[in-house]
Amino acid sequence: MNDQSDNLIEIRNLNYSRGQRQIFKNLNITIAKGQVTAIMGPSGTGKTTLLRLITRELNPDSGTILVEGIDIAKLSQKDLYKLRKRMGMLFQNGALLTDISVFENVAFPLREHTRLPNRLIRHIVLTKLHAVGLRGAADMMPSELSGGMARRVALARAMVMDPAILIYDEPFVGLDPISMGVIVRLVRKMNDALGISSILVSHDVQEIATVADCSYLISDGKVAASGSPDELSNTRSDLVRQFMHGMADGPVAFHYSAPNYAEQLLGRDAE
Amino acid sequence: MLRDLWYALDDFLRTLGQLLIFFLRLVANSPSILFRRAGLVVKQVYNAGALSLVIIMVSGFFVGGVLGLQGFSILSKFNAEDSIGTFAAFSLLKELGPVVTALLFAGRAGTALASEIGLMKATDQLSAMEMMATNPLRRVLVPRFLGGVISMPMLAAVFSVIGLFGAHLVGVNLLGVDQGAFWQQIQTTLELKDVYEGIFKSVVFGVVASLLAVWEGYNAVPTAEGVSRATTRSVVNSAIAVLILDFIITARFI
Ligand SMILES: Nc1ncnc2c1ncn2[C@@H]1O[C@H](COP(=O)(O)OP(=O)(O)OP(=O)(O)O)[C@@H](O)[C@H]1O
Ligand SMILES: [Mg+2]
Repeated sequence: MNDQSDNLIEIRNLNYSRGQRQIFKNLNITIAKGQVTAIMGPSGTGKTTLLRLITRELNPDSGTILVEGIDIAKLSQKDLYKLRKRMGMLFQNGALLTDISVFENVAFPLREHTRLPNRLIRHIVLTKLHAVGLRGAADMMPSELSGGMARRVALARAMVMDPAILIYDEPFVGLDPISMGVIVRLVRKMNDALGISSILVSHDVQEIATVADCSYLISDGKVAASGSPDELSNTRSDLVRQFMHGMADGPVAFHYSAPNYAEQLLGRDAE
Repeated sequence: MLRDLWYALDDFLRTLGQLLIFFLRLVANSPSILFRRAGLVVKQVYNAGALSLVIIMVSGFFVGGVLGLQGFSILSKFNAEDSIGTFAAFSLLKELGPVVTALLFAGRAGTALASEIGLMKATDQLSAMEMMATNPLRRVLVPRFLGGVISMPMLAAVFSVIGLFGAHLVGVNLLGVDQGAFWQQIQTTLELKDVYEGIFKSVVFGVVASLLAVWEGYNAVPTAEGVSRATTRSVVNSAIAVLILDFIITARFI
């Protein structure tokens, strides 16, 4: 077991449900400091939900979430905001503010939380935009960007405050192979050069293998497997092999739970 | 039956309670935004106020013109056409100015507020702010609420002034009422109390219409359908609230 201080986030016996559906059942996850931790899982298992729980946008039904040893459920709003200033989050759909330009989007956290002079803000923002290859798009409005560009701008915004923890929700979706390579290297480089910790949600097994130090595969509300990417791809477990090799048949159902297909087509399910 | 009625009432009171708490939170956060982030408020005054100006001016002009026509046809029966100025001024300042402005505001600015906030919610923009340690209530809702509250009395004043101009045009220039009598009658009959009543009304309507628009947007179900419903509800509820409050305030002032 790791020493307490090496753990960035500890999730203990987490239960969470939405309506009738229990999304997490006694989930336990430990995320180490200074590493890139990947969270994988079939669509709809609750990866985004897990990130929202870690950042306390949602509150668990039971269980505790410790961030740097502190129970986030007990934080006051002020302390929670203090913690969030040290976190950068990339939303699955970018979530750029649509009424301000790309430049202002990236500058937003700086303008809200610092009193830096305009020249310095400009310098920082352009540096971050340059890192994601979009310095030229600074004056565009978010509505003029493609999905992949918006996500890269959102990435620049997530890292503009130089956070200690970076959280990425599906950063690789919708990127062309070139920007994908750049972003993968950027994630790795920031983690190592700046000593930050990264949490990365992704379906992309290959990319994860190149950037993650440790990964968790979540399925059916529980951790199905964990370990380094190598360990995962060598596991015997059917479920892990199915996911890592992208097979339709196996313990993970491709279909969301539904009545029997033939029965439903024949209209018998209504009875 | 009685049970259903009770549940409906219970539901209504609960919502009203939540609305009140929401209102108090907006008000509690207003001073610091007003003084420290005045730029945000100014932008919203522009959005809610300046952009509604054309519709307010056009409506004001024609409502005033109609007052001139109707006033003339009624008052001439009593040989009192000279009072047409008083008739128009009272109607505009005390009733039509605040009420029609509030209804137009709900349709023009209120819907824009509700749908903008609802869409920001649906596209995770409010969550993103929350994650950047910025309270969306302060950053997004309070400036929009204040923008509405500040613009409403100004818009109502513009409406009344343009309306009076319209009434003057119809009464004096078209129907030949004496210009001196038109103004003099207004001067002698209109009291400061009447002006206050109009201002008071438009401030109350400004608070109510902005509050409901911001509230509906913030509580919208974050889908396309949810946002469109919230938008519709914000106009309907604002209109009803304004008309009911207008009755109550008028009764109090008489
Ligand atoms: N607002 C909501 N109301 C009800 N259920 C929800 C809501 N948001 C998500 N869910 C449910 O929670 C489950 C987990 O959703 P979540 O978005 O966390 O999945 P995910 O693992 O991020 O999927 P993906 O990989 O497709 O992004 C889904 O089954 C979804 O049906
Ligand atoms: Mg997701």
